[in-house]
Amino acid sequence: MTVLLIAEHNNKEVKPFTLNAITAASQMDGDVHVLLIGNNCGDVAKALSEMSAVKKVLHAEAAHYENYLAENFAPLAVKVSENYSHIVSSANTFGKNLMPRIAAHLDISQVSDITKVISPDTFIRPIYAGNAFATVKSTDTKKCITIRPTSFEPCETSGGSAPIEKIEATEEFTLSKFIKREEVKSDRPELGTARIVISGGRGMQNGENFKLIADIADKLNAAIGASRAAVDAGYISNEHQVGQTGKVVVPDLYIAVGISGAIQHLAGMKESKIIVAINKDGEAPIFSVADYGLEADLFEALPQFLEELNKLNSIQK
Amino acid sequence: MKILVAVKRVIDYNVQVRVKEDGTGVVTDNVKMSSNPPDDNAIEEAVKIKEAGKATEIIAITVGEEKSQETVRKALAVGADRGILIKTEGTVEPLAVAKALQKIVDKEKPDLVFMGKQAIDDDCNQTGQMLSALLNWPQATFVSKIEIKDKILEVTREIDEGLETIEVNLPAIVTCDLRLNEPRYASLPNIMKAKKKPIEIFTAADLGVDITPRVQQIKVEEPPKRKAGIKVASVAELVSKLKNEAKVI
Repeated sequence: MTVLLIAEHNNKEVKPFTLNAITAASQMDGDVHVLLIGNNCGDVAKALSEMSAVKKVLHAEAAHYENYLAENFAPLAVKVSENYSHIVSSANTFGKNLMPRIAAHLDISQVSDITKVISPDTFIRPIYAGNAFATVKSTDTKKCITIRPTSFEPCETSGGSAPIEKIEATEEFTLSKFIKREEVKSDRPELGTARIVISGGRGMQNGENFKLIADIADKLNAAIGASRAAVDAGYISNEHQVGQTGKVVVPDLYIAVGISGAIQHLAGMKESKIIVAINKDGEAPIFSVADYGLEADLFEALPQFLEELNKLNSIQK
Repeated sequence: MKILVAVKRVIDYNVQVRVKEDGTGVVTDNVKMSSNPPDDNAIEEAVKIKEAGKATEIIAITVGEEKSQETVRKALAVGADRGILIKTEGTVEPLAVAKALQKIVDKEKPDLVFMGKQAIDDDCNQTGQMLSALLNWPQATFVSKIEIKDKILEVTREIDEGLETIEVNLPAIVTCDLRLNEPRYASLPNIMKAKKKPIEIFTAADLGVDITPRVQQIKVEEPPKRKAGIKVASVAELVSKLKNEAKVI
């Protein structure tokens, strides 16, 4: 049994979720090989080969691998899959896009977004946006698995010296063409991976008032979230939405401000390590999941919060 | 141009999902069911394309039990022309759904297949990509913007880093993000009219598709319960707790 892990990278560096995926892969079997598909990505091959959990790097290069189109990546993964028991990637937009295309080519029923490896064929995965956890056993001979990055620690990036084996590229799929990528340039961390998230709800009353949240986010190096109600009311754009139909977040600290705690919002944040709720309605359901609840008018509490943070000698980054 | 839109009947997103006491699944008896939210975006987009004169027919399809017809009816009320139900019992995994859809695609020969990017029940996010693989068609996943340029579709995709634009030749599969559009409500006259629109029914056996599950569900559990929290009296106390007790700031 050997696990084939498909690396996500930008042809210069390994993307962070690949490290979490390598950890998950090594829990399925100690023998982890990494498939690196890219264009002029020699530095990435070297970095992967230095990771202690990686036993071999399979490295394919072609111009049409530059922009990670699933239509180009899947045939190569299928071609090299023969000697592997598991094919694994992260369950972010890279792996979600790619893995089912590989699984269908191999006639494998994929197991998506696992949060725990019980044994090489049995896994735990959240369903209903984390409102339930299913233990599932794959009966396919070969498994296609995507892993939830926040549920596994990143692997060591040193201590290894795995061989790098060059492999032949597959042909280009010419019916799909990459045009451009616009990366959101923000000084703030990404909502999905931020250590701290501060979110506003309908209680914010309007878009301008989100400035109160932004000031605290800057101070804490936090990402800004919002409830569906705040998004629907037009206070903030929908890439900030946390919840069942938005993003599911699992930060160390989640601060819910003026959010009542509708089911669909709770589904997106209740696995956070520490939850703070600030709401003037003491009966709001958000308090039932909060570790620390403050019953207060947010327009008084937020400026005080910033003031208290300013008094601290140091704030963790 | 012909558009096939795949929809799924799921527990309504506003329902508090409860796990069955015997751990065999979640409670679905007497629970409000609705169409999967991003599937509403898929139907909406198809109807908009037809209204713009770029499509001639929209077929709504679902795979599920008899009652899943409701979801097809809703799509018909919003603007789909006819429906297809592939009638099944029990769990049907995305790979099996993709195989069933492939049979219908072979028969109907649509230029585009739309569906939501993910169903909010099993959260798999697989069916569209799998169907593209089986057909060897281009796949445009997590799409928030579509522009039709003759036989080419330019789409904007929602990715972790921001936005990505790709072009795919038709025929193609598109999986829709909630940001794609604002789904309309069906008007009462249209709901009445939809009752007269035809829904064709097949079984998996009719199509020659094996839908036997390959992933056994061993048990379903509630997420770990959070311990009861405390109320703090002031902002100062809150910050002190976060700094010294929880040690998160």
